[in-house]
Amino acid sequence: MLSQHFPILLVALPLIAAPLIVLGRSGFLGWIASLAVTGAATLMAGALLAKTTAAGTISYAVGSWPPPWGIEYRVDAANALVALLVSAVALVAMPYARRSVSAEIGQDRQYLFYALLMLCLSGLLGMTLTGDAFNLFVFLEISSLSTYVLIALGRDRRALTAAYQYLILGTTGATLYVIGVGMLYLATGTLNLADMAARLPDVSDTRPGVAGLAFITAGIGLKFALFPLHAWLPGAYTYAPSVVSAFLAATATKVSAYVLMRLYFSVYGVDAVFRDMPLGPVLAVLSVAALFVASAAAIVQRDLKRLLAYSSVAQMGYITLGISLGSATGLAAAVAHLVNHGVTKGALFLLAGGIALRAGGTGLERVAGLGRTMPLTAFAFVVGGLSLIGIPGTAGFASKWALVSAAIGDGQWWVAAAVLLSSLLAVAYVWRFVECAYFRDPPQDAPAPGEAPADMTGPALALTAAVVAGGLLAAPVLEASARAAAALMGLAR
Amino acid sequence: MTDPRFVLAALAIPFAGIVLMTLARHRPDVREAMTFGAAAMLFFVVASLAPAVLAGERPAITLFEMLPGLPVAFTVEPLGWLFAAVASSLWVVSTPYTIAYLRGNGEANQTRFFACFAASIGAAIGIAFAGNLLTLFLFYEMLTLVTYPLVTHHGTDEARRAGRVYLGLLIGTSVVFFLPALIITSLLAGTLDFRPGGILGGRVGPAGAGLLLALFMFGIGKAALMPFHRWLPTAMVAPAPVSALLHAVAVVKAGVFCVVKVIVYVFGVDALAALGGAGWLTLVAGFTLIAASAVALRAQNLKRRLAYSTVSQLAYVTMAASLLTPAAVMGAALHLVAHAFGKITLFFAAGSLYTAAHKTEVGELDGIGRAMPWTMGAFAVGALSMIGLPPMAGFVSKWYILTGAMAVEHWIAVGVIAASTLLNAAYFLPIVFRAFFVAPPAGEAPGHEAPAAMVIAQVLTAAACVALFLFPGFAIAFAKSLAGG
Repeated sequence: MLSQHFPILLVALPLIAAPLIVLGRSGFLGWIASLAVTGAATLMAGALLAKTTAAGTISYAVGSWPPPWGIEYRVDAANALVALLVSAVALVAMPYARRSVSAEIGQDRQYLFYALLMLCLSGLLGMTLTGDAFNLFVFLEISSLSTYVLIALGRDRRALTAAYQYLILGTTGATLYVIGVGMLYLATGTLNLADMAARLPDVSDTRPGVAGLAFITAGIGLKFALFPLHAWLPGAYTYAPSVVSAFLAATATKVSAYVLMRLYFSVYGVDAVFRDMPLGPVLAVLSVAALFVASAAAIVQRDLKRLLAYSSVAQMGYITLGISLGSATGLAAAVAHLVNHGVTKGALFLLAGGIALRAGGTGLERVAGLGRTMPLTAFAFVVGGLSLIGIPGTAGFASKWALVSAAIGDGQWWVAAAVLLSSLLAVAYVWRFVECAYFRDPPQDAPAPGEAPADMTGPALALTAAVVAGGLLAAPVLEASARAAAALMGLAR
Repeated sequence: MTDPRFVLAALAIPFAGIVLMTLARHRPDVREAMTFGAAAMLFFVVASLAPAVLAGERPAITLFEMLPGLPVAFTVEPLGWLFAAVASSLWVVSTPYTIAYLRGNGEANQTRFFACFAASIGAAIGIAFAGNLLTLFLFYEMLTLVTYPLVTHHGTDEARRAGRVYLGLLIGTSVVFFLPALIITSLLAGTLDFRPGGILGGRVGPAGAGLLLALFMFGIGKAALMPFHRWLPTAMVAPAPVSALLHAVAVVKAGVFCVVKVIVYVFGVDALAALGGAGWLTLVAGFTLIAASAVALRAQNLKRRLAYSTVSQLAYVTMAASLLTPAAVMGAALHLVAHAFGKITLFFAAGSLYTAAHKTEVGELDGIGRAMPWTMGAFAVGALSMIGLPPMAGFVSKWYILTGAMAVEHWIAVGVIAASTLLNAAYFLPIVFRAFFVAPPAGEAPGHEAPAAMVIAQVLTAAACVALFLFPGFAIAFAKSLAGG
């Protein structure tokens, strides 16, 4: 049966596609291949999610070497969900990529773009599905290295500095992570995560155990822009090509956040992380700082993509806040927000790409009068913005509801209050866009009114529709998140 | 059995109207016919639900599960029907008025205006028929968002600033207080359904009930309880039809509707009375009532005076509901209706004065009654209803509220009602006096009456104020059914 090999195929397919695209040396062929791969990946991830929901955890021994000797891929309700998010966003971005990439990247380099995107996808899916700490590091590096180059492909020359800054910080993060894994290997003598989880309770309070957790938290925290380790993110998201911004914002930080959840809840366990060590309060304080500082920073930005980037730092705060509660409900809320915010931010960055193409940039002065020149795009952007605020009827509301419920249920009233109050800052930064788009006249040199081409507007609107659907029909997502949390905490079947 | 799809039809009509209006955007006459058609159809559908609701039926429909265990669902109960009937009937009356006003003042972006207007009514219907708190909250937030483009319709800096206050206070209170109140309620009760007798019985102590009630009452910013009332006077920058239908009827009534609904169907009148968690609310509402009247007394801009009068009249409803007696709850429901007809008449008149004579200040109204007798006549009727004098609708609702206050011997509430009646008279009667009995300033050209469509609208609503006094039985039957008597 082919379906039993889905865990490895999901990772191997884009990994094989990348060098083939380079050999093909054609942007068009690269696009076709990427479209096929992302389509197949989405189907496989969907099948895996259905299978884990029905039958529990799937263990796959790579090359038939049984774990813990060989590398194990371990798929459960949590990482199947993340894999589906990553591949589905990649798939939706593909029709969009063709024209957007043509507009932003030179003809002779387009095939390289698709090859790198496939590498990045493979890296992210590998990080998601692997059950091996060192294998995770390898895929972390694959995704990171390809990301650096993808960002550097941006049109603006500042993309180079942004990519360089991310290179330095991202490598630091990866190094911290691998040091942490080294400590864990020292303490437990294994790299298999499940094996590690079984042995850690005896050694988690030893110095390597504690230091390993600290290194991992800092390293992975850097990768998902845990405040105040977020310095690389605004530049990277702002200057990367439009598709890359959308893809990374929706997936890269989310996968890293998932990795942190896996290491905290599945490997170390709730007791070690939140009872023996004070990571709950530490994460909570950093998250709340992110909610307020990054949101306030978003309010004063003068570029739409930069505004969205700071908003991302703040929104990651909601995810880490859910983790910091150390409870099943808190973790479920974090997973839900991981998915909901991924979709929302993906939609917003895709829309921003359309604006960049039509209006000639994403500076707020280029956005002026957008309500008249690109009414559909502007309206969809407002809908996405409402999801950032957490207005009912959008996906952001569902995860905010789950997070506040979890916080109140755990008696953490101040966390609930912080979440709600920070929403007001989101209103402020979203309304900067609204006032620019609807109350100002278009700039003198604005192009004639008209939306971006349909193959760009279509995917962006599709994701926006998903934001609304995820808000009105949030129950399935919240239930899947609850299952994911149970799987992460080892409470599932 | 009433087909519950009628409920869905009522919700769908305004939104279907938007689609048709947008399609007909290049043909104003067709577009406006669509608006009127949607309004008339909506009123017809709502009216057709009346016999069933009066007979004790509660047409209900559950659509889909929005959050786990918390569906989007609708139930028509007496209070919701009253609110829907008020909103839909006044939409019909106000449509010709709106058309005449927009044309008479040469307003821009009329399609957007009509579309948002219809969406506001749709959201109000959603609030009226909501079967649980989550559905109510969904439409409550929607109402804020779709009225924002109406408040900021002129696109000026002043409008934009007003929009910020409007959105900041309404979204702010709803997210910071209302939303946690919902979440706490759902954690405590395990449901958010509206049920006669409430859903919190035995699950919360006196202090907890008081705190939760405070979250609800201040979270429902649309009820304009002080200190979160400032959005309402600020929103007066909007065109007159918006002030009339939305900020005298749909939006503010949605606010006090939520207040009554929460007290009756979430806490339960008897349960809350037993816990004693609402005593503070009577005082806060009483303070709002008097303080807003005092501000209105000093306001020289007509619409601003009307806005503060609305803040004070909304506090009547909240205060009545907080008294937790059957008569007072009935009074709250009746006042919701009576004030709607009275206040829309006053705002219609204000819009007529602006359209026909470009007058916005109280001081400019000397002798205007001679040129605009119908307008000022309707204004006088609305004003008398606000004061609560017979033969106007306001008398009926005040009677019940006063009866309710006396039944529990709440002498502060009784005193507040008496004092506010005097204050109401003090800020409304001088306007009527000026208009009819003071000579117009020398040298001013004789004015003329407003366009016929506007005059007809305000005469109709003024007549309704009288009719509700003469034939209150129908509305009282609904109110009684709400209060369980």
